[in-house]
Amino acid sequence: MRAPSETAAGETLLAVEAVSLSFGGVKALTDVSFDIRRGEIRAIIGPNGAGKTSMLNVVNGFYHPNTGRITFKGTTRPKMRPHEAARGGIARTFQNVALFRGMTALDNIMAGRTLKMHRGFFWQLLRHGPAMAEEVEHRRKVEDIIDFLEIAHIRKVPVGRLPYGLQKRVELGRALAMEPELLLLDEPMAGMNLEEKEDMSRFIVDLNDQFGTSIALIEHDMGVVMDLSDRVVVLEYGHKIADGTPDEVKGDQKVIDAYLGVAH
Amino acid sequence: MNLLYAIFIDPFVQMGGAPDLLVQTLWEGLVAGVLYALIALGFVLIFKASGVFNFAQGIMVVFAALTLVGLHEKGVPAFLALAMTIAVMYGLAFAVERLMLRPLVNQPDIILFMATFGLTYFLIGLGELVFGGNPKVMIADALFLPKGAIEFKFAGGFVSLQKIDIAAAVIASIMVVALATFFQVTRIGRALRAVADSHKAALSVGISLEQIWVIVWFAAGVVALTTGIMWGARSEVSFSLQIVSLKALPVLILGGFTSIPGAIVGGLIIGIGEKIGEFYWGPLLGSGIESWLAYFIALVFLLFRPQGLFGEKIIERI
Ligand SMILES: Nc1ncnc2c1ncn2[C@@H]1O[C@H](COP(=O)(O)OP(=O)(O)OP(=O)(O)O)[C@@H](O)[C@H]1O
Ligand SMILES: [Mg+2]
Repeated sequence: MRAPSETAAGETLLAVEAVSLSFGGVKALTDVSFDIRRGEIRAIIGPNGAGKTSMLNVVNGFYHPNTGRITFKGTTRPKMRPHEAARGGIARTFQNVALFRGMTALDNIMAGRTLKMHRGFFWQLLRHGPAMAEEVEHRRKVEDIIDFLEIAHIRKVPVGRLPYGLQKRVELGRALAMEPELLLLDEPMAGMNLEEKEDMSRFIVDLNDQFGTSIALIEHDMGVVMDLSDRVVVLEYGHKIADGTPDEVKGDQKVIDAYLGVAH
Repeated sequence: MNLLYAIFIDPFVQMGGAPDLLVQTLWEGLVAGVLYALIALGFVLIFKASGVFNFAQGIMVVFAALTLVGLHEKGVPAFLALAMTIAVMYGLAFAVERLMLRPLVNQPDIILFMATFGLTYFLIGLGELVFGGNPKVMIADALFLPKGAIEFKFAGGFVSLQKIDIAAAVIASIMVVALATFFQVTRIGRALRAVADSHKAALSVGISLEQIWVIVWFAAGVVALTTGIMWGARSEVSFSLQIVSLKALPVLILGGFTSIPGAIVGGLIIGIGEKIGEFYWGPLLGSGIESWLAYFIALVFLLFRPQGLFGEKIIERI
């Protein structure tokens, strides 16, 4: 993975400009702009239904915005397909864990290497020579991730049998296996107990420090958001209502109103 | 009392009394079973990759066979016609992905199912338009498929194996093993299993659904062609061939819609069960038996194993 020193910190990695998205009559996002700089942890917060998940879905190409533009690593695209986003270095986890239920934890994380595998299937059938060397290399990378996330003991367990907290960890592992430049985390701590939350926070901070991975983090727990993030975007009813450092955002009257549910 | 005897005792007495006939029946069941397995595999691959129940699988058998014979009639040499038909099936897979699956992505499964109805009638129309609607004869000779039969003595009688049946069993077995291996071992196989488990997770790690869809529809097309050649050589090439695919449904009920081993073992059970049932119980139950026996076998089986052959035990969450 990339070392933080490789790139100038602060350079814009992702720019979202005036993005709007609607489903039939429902306006999920209206004219939202924000950016993510290299190496930062960028929190996206807001009440339920504010459009946070929709924003991530636009960024990784699941949804195509009705209007607006997205610039990633200097290339602007009106729309992008999910596998193109993945190829470009965007990985993600899901609000409701989306794992390959039939596979073990190890195979799930291995699946994150899909795009890094180059040998054709004839080589794989033979299972020797260059294909074998490649497989060994992938396995080593995957084992590093497994050690990092402290899940060595469950690597051979089918993920369907794992408790929720560990499933979330495996899902993070799968995203890391892609060696992403931008990691989109949709409520990675939802439904976790305090201890699990602390572990997950530590992993997020560590991977940001150690590998310099830029992170977009959706999270409801304000304590976590204040501790982890460099900057915060606040959405409400699909509109951006605030953008700044955790302290700036915390003191913003609109944000306070949104969270206290003041009538509009 | 007599009826009970006729149902539960007499057929087994007959089996024991004439082992040569039993072996003959088992053989015919085996041949049918391998072909059922092959066609069920076509269904399973498409269902795994896209959750679509492909109603058009049966007509793809006819369409492929018709294209092959039709091209030959128009003067194309047999093996060139074969290669061209494979290319046509690839073109079909590509077109289905572009024109049908991609625009309908994220639509409810029932919509996609209906779309395969549309595809069925489109293929019927296209086949008739280009090659005419008359039954044709499979170009078995030109493809060097064997003719005649091998007979051998067995337990005081004769067992006769049609050479075309032997060829069908061998070729279909090879295809079944090749496809199962391909989708079990290779990178594409891994991707297919990932897609089957979760579309959005598969997309997020960079698997291209479009590519997988083209591959599985092409595999289903080649399966259809093989079945069309073999089944066509045993009867004739006409639209009635599509009923073979109706036999795939009980196979799928038995084996599960997403299980490759299920399709194989299910195919063999249905094929053999059907021929045995027809031969030994047919006279008793009437000649219509072959149209419902396969379903009957599948349903009886489900009573005892509701999760299907290879499904995990279903544990109801309360
Ligand atoms: N696929 C979809 N089809 C129709 N409406 C959708 C779809 N996805 C999201 N929406 C709607 O868009 C709005 C924003 O939803 P979104 O999931 O982005 O909110 P969120 O901020 O992630 O909320 P939560 O905190 O509950 O996860 C909601 O009104 C939601 O119902
Ligand atoms: Mg959400």
